[in-house]
Amino acid sequence: MKPDIYLDNSATTKPYPEAVDAMVEMLQTHYGNPSSLHRKGLTAEKEVDKARDRIAKALGVKKSELLFTSGGTEANNLALFGAAEKYKSRGKHIITTQIEHACVFEAAEELQKRGYDVTFLPVKQDGVVELEDVKRAWRDDTILVSIMYVNNETGAIQPIQKIGAFLKDKRKTLFHVDAVQAFGKFPLKIKEAGLDLLSISSHKIHGPKGVGALYIRDGVHLTPLFYGGGQERNFRSGTENVPGIVGFGVAVERTLREMKEATERMAGLRDLLIRELAQIERVHINTPTATGLAAPHIVNASFPGVRGEVLVHALETEGIYVSTGSACSSKDKIYSRVLQVTGLSEPELEGAIRFSLSAATTEAEIRSAVQTLASTVADLRLLSRR
Amino acid sequence: MRPIIYLDNAATTAVAANVRAAMEPYLDNIYGNPSSVHQAGREAKAAIERAREQVARALQATTNEIVFTSGGTEADNAAVIGAALARQEQGKHIVTTSMEHHAVLNTCEFLEQLGFDVTYVDPDERGIVTVDAIEKALRPDTQVVSVMLVNNETGAIQPIAEIGALVRERGIVMHTDAVQALGLLELNVAELNVDLLSISAHKVHGPKGVGALYVHHNLKWTPYLHGGQQERKRRAGTENLPGIVGMGEAVRHAVAEREAKFTQICELRDAMLTRFATELDPALYVLNSLEVGESLSGDGLPSILNVSFTNVAAERLLMNLDMQGIAASSGSACTAGALQPSHVLTAMGLPLERVLSAIRFSFSGYNTVDEVTEAARKTVEVVKRLQR
Repeated sequence: MKPDIYLDNSATTKPYPEAVDAMVEMLQTHYGNPSSLHRKGLTAEKEVDKARDRIAKALGVKKSELLFTSGGTEANNLALFGAAEKYKSRGKHIITTQIEHACVFEAAEELQKRGYDVTFLPVKQDGVVELEDVKRAWRDDTILVSIMYVNNETGAIQPIQKIGAFLKDKRKTLFHVDAVQAFGKFPLKIKEAGLDLLSISSHKIHGPKGVGALYIRDGVHLTPLFYGGGQERNFRSGTENVPGIVGFGVAVERTLREMKEATERMAGLRDLLIRELAQIERVHINTPTATGLAAPHIVNASFPGVRGEVLVHALETEGIYVSTGSACSSKDKIYSRVLQVTGLSEPELEGAIRFSLSAATTEAEIRSAVQTLASTVADLRLLSRR
Repeated sequence: MRPIIYLDNAATTAVAANVRAAMEPYLDNIYGNPSSVHQAGREAKAAIERAREQVARALQATTNEIVFTSGGTEADNAAVIGAALARQEQGKHIVTTSMEHHAVLNTCEFLEQLGFDVTYVDPDERGIVTVDAIEKALRPDTQVVSVMLVNNETGAIQPIAEIGALVRERGIVMHTDAVQALGLLELNVAELNVDLLSISAHKVHGPKGVGALYVHHNLKWTPYLHGGQQERKRRAGTENLPGIVGMGEAVRHAVAEREAKFTQICELRDAMLTRFATELDPALYVLNSLEVGESLSGDGLPSILNVSFTNVAAERLLMNLDMQGIAASSGSACTAGALQPSHVLTAMGLPLERVLSAIRFSFSGYNTVDEVTEAARKTVEVVKRLQR
């Protein structure tokens, strides 16, 4: 049997062995509750602290500005609900985009139901939000702007630094960035962009599932999502997921250490993938191809005449794992909300799939995957006579 | 360094070797996103569904009634807030007790900020909230009642089945925090008469960072993590795959070994109490926990032994015990850092001096009679020295 080719790293990644080892050690020996005052508790607390230190350094923020969550979804929910509730006396206007991940988009919709006024910005055809649109949408009562750094379906990089510069003197407006797909791919420049809140997730960077983090700039307050023991400086109650947090710390350290090289490699493979895909008849690349506009690891392409879902399953029988869009919404039979916003035609929406690479992806894998894809697409088109 | 005698199992427990072994493949090779439609995703999804069956069986519920969370705290928050928000049109009154875990107590305070009205019922001096006391607190606009099954500081078992019967007959939602009860009491959601029940993995030799909420299939309930279709749209977020697998395994064991553990832990408790009784003047210590029983109400759970040593400040005693290699606590770990007098013992109406000298020993099946006897001996030693 041919080895599997896993090109679904935006859904989740294979944990690094050292992250796994660190977790196993925590599971085996350091089982204390970090809130306990005795030695067992202190050891666990130290390990959590070490992980926080590692991640804070990697992000270039203070340790006290980082809080652990159960993942990217909780971090994003906490940012939106927490800021909206905390600062509602300042105003009830929120700006976000039509291409956010479901956990921001649906949180914003929920806030709308609760009486907030939410502006969902469109994107241009390349999937990028325009700074001008943010400027136009901003109002005196805008309390929060939430925009993702890298779109999880197309890989389009959003102009976070520019938006940050615009918002810098808007002191009553918090700027939240969902950096789940960007973290580990390029420097986030949190302080330079003047970000107030930023979400990251462990399992997208070869750490364990079930853990994420939210950067909260010193001086920013949030109404918590979970109440209880007052862990994480009262922002997030609940006994810490110690092994998860420790595994996250280890994964972050390696990811950041290898980032520059890995990003260059992935970008090279992404370009190769796009060039190879372009050879297939009637393909449409949905990822921006202009320099600097796309993340190094995501390529979205449409094959009109083929249903994306059918293609995913056909490739899977050949041991190739890709996806139709975000895993979180992959059970939906409807077309991708993100791609609809970029103005694709119906056959293009229907035939879209996403390839997402990791630092471990090889050139041979890319070539082999495209070869299989090309023949699969041809076969499927023949079958459906389209 | 000497091995620690760990008597703080109500705070957290050691992860069982079989649980760790069950988790390992999912930490490593089986890493798919359970929401992915391809094989790697389906394999992950299947593992989660197996764990869900294990948890459902333990609670005698059906699999579609189990929602995995990031732990007991999230389960409690989701239960109380979710039920309160779902029914706020009908009324905004909530009844709970003044001795709940902070995961419920502070959640209720948050709901008060949102305009809900909360009644906090006090326990009696035994640490039991009576059915009568709950009944008196009920109002026509009461929508949710949340009472813990076992108190985490005293081990007192609350009459949940009776409270649940009363409450649900009036069409009110009944929630119980069963975090401390799991593995020692039989948890049958139908017999307990509950609509919502929270449990946590790390209290039963499972991993931290995962818990579950039982949600009765007919209950109207509002999820509050948004975005993503996971957990049948009731809890967004990529599932903590290894954690959930570990929880399934831990819960399965907890239930299978429940009776044997109950007996074993009773012996541990007896060993400690016997030592105290033979070596300490009965006037110099007093139990804040009840006698052990399994009647599901009015008794104490054997795993938690709360005792006040006259004229010995709990913090001082704990520090001395820690130096002797004995891990115990003065209350719930989550508030241990706060050095505040226990809200549970205070609610029971105990005098402040007794509250401030209360410490909690909590046992698990991993403790031995020898260990506990040794810990009791050292405790007596330290107490006598400090009482001088």
